[in-house]
Amino acid sequence: MSIGTANLSVDELKEMARTIRRDCLVQTHVAKSGHPGGPLSAADYLTSLYFNYVKVDPKNPKDDSRDYFIISNGHCSALNYALLSRRGFFPPGYLMTFRSTGSGLEGHPNRHKTPGVDISAGSLGHGLPIAHGIALGAKLKGSDQRVFVNLGDGELQEGSCWEAIMAAAHYRSDNILAVVDYNDVQIDGRTHEVMNIRPLDGKFKAFGWKVFEGNGHDMNEVIRLLDHAIDSMGKGQPVVVLFHTVMMKGVPSFENDHIWHGKALADDKLLQTALTELGYNETPKEAVASYGDVNVARGEYHKIMGWPPPQVCDRD
Amino acid sequence: MVKTGKDRWTYELTRKAYGETLVELGHENPRIVVLDADLAESTLTKFFRDEFPDRFFEIGIAEQDMVGTAAGLALQGFIPFLSSYAIFITGRAWDQCRQDVDYMKTNVKLSAAHGGISVGKDGPTHQSMEDLACMSACTNMKVLVPADYHETIKAVRWSAEYEGPVYFRLGREKVPMVTEEPSPFEMGKGFVHVDGTDGTIIACGLMLSQAIEAREILEEEDGIKPRVVNMPFLKPIDEEMIIKCAKENGPIVTAEEHQVYGGFGSIIARVVVENHPVPMRIVGIPNMYLGSGDPFDLLAIAGLTGRHIANKMKEVL
Ligand SMILES: Cc1ncc(C[n+]2csc(CCOP(=O)(O)OP(=O)(O)O)c2C)c(N)n1
Ligand SMILES: [Mg+2]
Repeated sequence: MSIGTANLSVDELKEMARTIRRDCLVQTHVAKSGHPGGPLSAADYLTSLYFNYVKVDPKNPKDDSRDYFIISNGHCSALNYALLSRRGFFPPGYLMTFRSTGSGLEGHPNRHKTPGVDISAGSLGHGLPIAHGIALGAKLKGSDQRVFVNLGDGELQEGSCWEAIMAAAHYRSDNILAVVDYNDVQIDGRTHEVMNIRPLDGKFKAFGWKVFEGNGHDMNEVIRLLDHAIDSMGKGQPVVVLFHTVMMKGVPSFENDHIWHGKALADDKLLQTALTELGYNETPKEAVASYGDVNVARGEYHKIMGWPPPQVCDRD
Repeated sequence: MVKTGKDRWTYELTRKAYGETLVELGHENPRIVVLDADLAESTLTKFFRDEFPDRFFEIGIAEQDMVGTAAGLALQGFIPFLSSYAIFITGRAWDQCRQDVDYMKTNVKLSAAHGGISVGKDGPTHQSMEDLACMSACTNMKVLVPADYHETIKAVRWSAEYEGPVYFRLGREKVPMVTEEPSPFEMGKGFVHVDGTDGTIIACGLMLSQAIEAREILEEEDGIKPRVVNMPFLKPIDEEMIIKCAKENGPIVTAEEHQVYGGFGSIIARVVVENHPVPMRIVGIPNMYLGSGDPFDLLAIAGLTGRHIANKMKEVL
């Protein structure tokens, strides 16, 4: 395999997004902790972006010509890990170690422990400044690497985001594309009630960005928006796509409720409901078992990372 | 066998004590105001928010703005308590904590939830192992780590009465109830929790429970009876008590859920070496990031256990 995109069809992307939603729900279920809400709201547009636009080589994660893909809102780690494993960086079976003691899949992504993770994130409002530094660095090196960065809408309350938004326009960094998970939800409630960030399009425009906006769940529209946004790169302006989304999208019983921001469907009954609503005819136990022997996956992961062989751990 | 580990204690949330006490204070004093940065559901300032919506300010995910805003409210004569996770107050808004609160001596109470590594599965980005060093280095700040539920109530009530900047650290997990309602509490004071004659273990926060376990292990296995001191205040530090313990009992082992660089143990060590040097050991988080995991696994990996404290005491006695 070499550097490139996975180039999936619309139907394949839709099916991949469904798989990834299931991965996110099962990971957080097994960990009995973590954040399912944001991952399910960003699943459609980030699947599309990551599989069809971001150039990477899963067998050579640090390839010099790769595009950078940064999930700045690090609490969406379950989604980050699902995307990476389904893209081929490591076996999906390893997802079942999510957040457990000693796992490379930490609560928030750690660039030293997960292949394909370019920055460690968790504290909000760091991703865009770093992404912009990477973008400036790419230009300085004469590289045509692009930088893709996902931001939460609540995250955009951090002043550091706006400092970077100002700087990226100032430097005409047109090799950076930001995508915003505009789900209007954060921990304490609806974003427009907690601390209103609207109008986002007007703010980005006033700061000098090229702005696209649309539905983040309709796969055809997502592709259309991303095509336009990527066409707009390289034209002297940073670019952002505001994706209107719904927290916990895909599992109607849980949709749009802020309590699922950081609460796993730990209970079997809850996961059962969600799996059924996603269209999977399986029990939570069967779902977990489908990921295979976690110790085998752990062994493979350690090999990929060049770590010493894992000690078999009964706790899982 | 000494009973150790999870089943030994009954547990309660320190942040629950905080949330409940804020509501009581809100009824008693109209100058109490509360700020949060999109974590009211977690820091439990939501109790106050629901009871006194007019005196609660949701700032959104903007800790620097929150600390500055609290300083402004204090200048207007209010008593602001602000909440977020320890790392985001002391990390993200360090400059505001120093200039707007400490340097300006505004009457702001920095209430830091999710201190230490017992934050667990969220991992190093959310764990806080440097906050006590950062805050203790501030000139005017009073810094304390309540041991448990009861002590948190006292700490919050004291903070409201005390005029000036305060930083107190709470945890994510339920922690062992080691003190009682009538247990003593006073600014800048440590208290003998269990007396003894062979060395002294000085602890703060959830490590007090581990200090007690260590004492029991030492007594059972070696007939050693160290004194256990609960010292919630890092600043002002109880120099008198530390010197007294060094003189009477000799060796000292300190225990904290914080990096060993510049924390509780370092502060106590300065008092010891300047006044009455005795052999010491500092039990804290070694200089490393511990990763995600079960809170009790992480504490054990870092050596923050009664067993480890006991071993350290044997080294110096
Ligand atoms: C600097 C900082 N402050 C607070 C937090 C705690 N926190 C984690 S996620 C979150 C809410 C994020 O909202 P949003 O970006 O909209 O993500 P969503 O809930 O939609 O997934 C908060 C406050 C943090 N991680 N970093
Ligand atoms: Mg959101």
